[in-house]
Amino acid sequence: MRRYISAYFEDEENLLRAAKDLREKNISIQDVLTPFPVHGLDHALGYKRSNLPTVAFICGAIGLAVAFGFQTWAFVVDYPLFIGGKPHFAIPSFIPITFEVTVLFAAFGMASAFFIVSKLGPGANNVIHDERITDDHFVIIVDLDEQGNQDENVKSILLNEEAQNIQIKEIES
Amino acid sequence: MYVSPIREPLITGEKTYKKITDEISAPIEGKAGKAWYAGIALTSSALLLGLAMMAYTIWEGIGTWGLNKTIGWGWGITNFVWWVGIGHAGTFISAILLLFRQKWRTSINRSAEAMTLFAVMCAGLFPLIHMGRPLLGFFVFPYPNTRDLWVNFNSPLLWDVFAISTYFSVSLLFWYVGLIPDIGTIRDRMKSKFKKAIYGFLSFGWTGSAKHWSRHETISLILAGLAAPLVLSVHSIVSSDFATSVIPGWHTTIFPPYFVSGAIFSGFAMVLTLLIITRKVLNLENYITVGHIESMNKIIIATGSIVGIAYITELFIAWYSGVEYEQYAFLNRATGPYWWAYAIMMTCNVISPQLLWFKKLRRNLVFTFILSIFINIGMWFERFVIIVTSLHRDYLPSSWSMYEPTFVEVGIFIGTLGLFFTCFLLFIRVFPVIAIAEVKSVLKSSGEKKAVTDKNESS
Repeated sequence: MRRYISAYFEDEENLLRAAKDLREKNISIQDVLTPFPVHGLDHALGYKRSNLPTVAFICGAIGLAVAFGFQTWAFVVDYPLFIGGKPHFAIPSFIPITFEVTVLFAAFGMASAFFIVSKLGPGANNVIHDERITDDHFVIIVDLDEQGNQDENVKSILLNEEAQNIQIKEIES
Repeated sequence: MYVSPIREPLITGEKTYKKITDEISAPIEGKAGKAWYAGIALTSSALLLGLAMMAYTIWEGIGTWGLNKTIGWGWGITNFVWWVGIGHAGTFISAILLLFRQKWRTSINRSAEAMTLFAVMCAGLFPLIHMGRPLLGFFVFPYPNTRDLWVNFNSPLLWDVFAISTYFSVSLLFWYVGLIPDIGTIRDRMKSKFKKAIYGFLSFGWTGSAKHWSRHETISLILAGLAAPLVLSVHSIVSSDFATSVIPGWHTTIFPPYFVSGAIFSGFAMVLTLLIITRKVLNLENYITVGHIESMNKIIIATGSIVGIAYITELFIAWYSGVEYEQYAFLNRATGPYWWAYAIMMTCNVISPQLLWFKKLRRNLVFTFILSIFINIGMWFERFVIIVTSLHRDYLPSSWSMYEPTFVEVGIFIGTLGLFFTCFLLFIRVFPVIAIAEVKSVLKSSGEKKAVTDKNESS
């Protein structure tokens, strides 16, 4: 049996303070749902820096190698052809396409990685906790232990920050 | 929260988060007015005319155009460059202004990016039709074929294929990634099951989780970093189509920066033309304020002045180079048979934006609207002047010629205008014109302050 508590805030400042207080007490926050990116929230929740920029770099490097390698192979190895008296291995002429393909690979590689790790995508069937979340409500979902020792503690922190509609839910698992 | 007393608010009218959602979603939820139907009737008829003329061109051949042996590029390529240029404002706003942390971009980036996509679609049509046999258009891609040939990687025309297709795909990706949370908002507001399902599908299952937001912020920043040099590369490569040739008037190293600033200049003019109407019709005056218009006008005067300096530099270098052909090309441009096109270009692009040094005029909507139309016309003529005047006096005087477009070419141009505005009219009915989530995130720092600070505000 898993138990958790959910509560609503109407202002992100309250949410931020509540998240900080909860983390100070070592209470694990399952998720926070907000209508817009709240400045400082990922810091308050202790999220590590995302690896997506690294993914972008690797994909970009692959794009660079593919584009430059392919142009070189086609013009130097596969079918060397004199064009306007330029050398076969004409590095400056290969740069524009290499750049474009690098950007293309980096952008699409990173975005795909984002969708995959976030489990988002066409047809993704994620649970919509509340329809007001994408409007003006901030929701925090906090994990509780099975015995219920933390309940009062968590409740008081949330109430302190004017949380509304505090509900404890239990899921059999 | 600290609020700068010096800067004017970016969002006026004491909004709350709820109000922002309601007001920006209103045009999607409400019924379309008579003006919308009248507008789309007009633009789609223009589109139909264009489609008919395109079909006629493809059926009969390029001979239906006014081109001749001397002037092989006319309205078609002029329109191509003009549309690509217009497509530069959107990604400039969303990428470069994001990197510079310009908060005013949040109210205009969505619609400007949409314009980018539509403009690049219009632009892409021209080279495709110009091929004469568009069904063989795939020849431009390097694919293994029975001829055992590869495409020419040394040619700027091929670079263009890569630049424009990458620009379109990356801009589309950037725009859509930014749209996902807002589509989520629309999904949660829709009453009808059918619409909810469609927006649910398009929202990619967005939940608003802090983890997703954190990643979303990261990839937006990286995408901006990737798109910023991309914007600058696209028109640089388009300018190489001209600059790498040996035609006097084209063969200049100033072309890439000159084309890029011209592109941003014309792009902002088109954004102003459309947004001045949109903000009024959709009641978004609190989000796209006179302050936003003024900021865009400042970019117009900066880029317009760069364009002006480029024109004068070209003239100076033509004289200073001592090259007879170059000197003749520019003298002929200004005083030859196409002097009127040069005069329109100079008046619209160099003189008229200088009026924006007056703050009164920068903040005047009617003036800005008229000026933006002037700039659109002027920038179209810039491309016409560069292409046609440089070609029409060939090296051999026996080849000298004049160029006039036929009804077919004009029809295709009108058709792309129809395509652009039809797409925009459909866009404002389907997706939020303003990035809802982004506006909410700047509300507290840049919104108009209430007389009494609300209870949640920490001092």
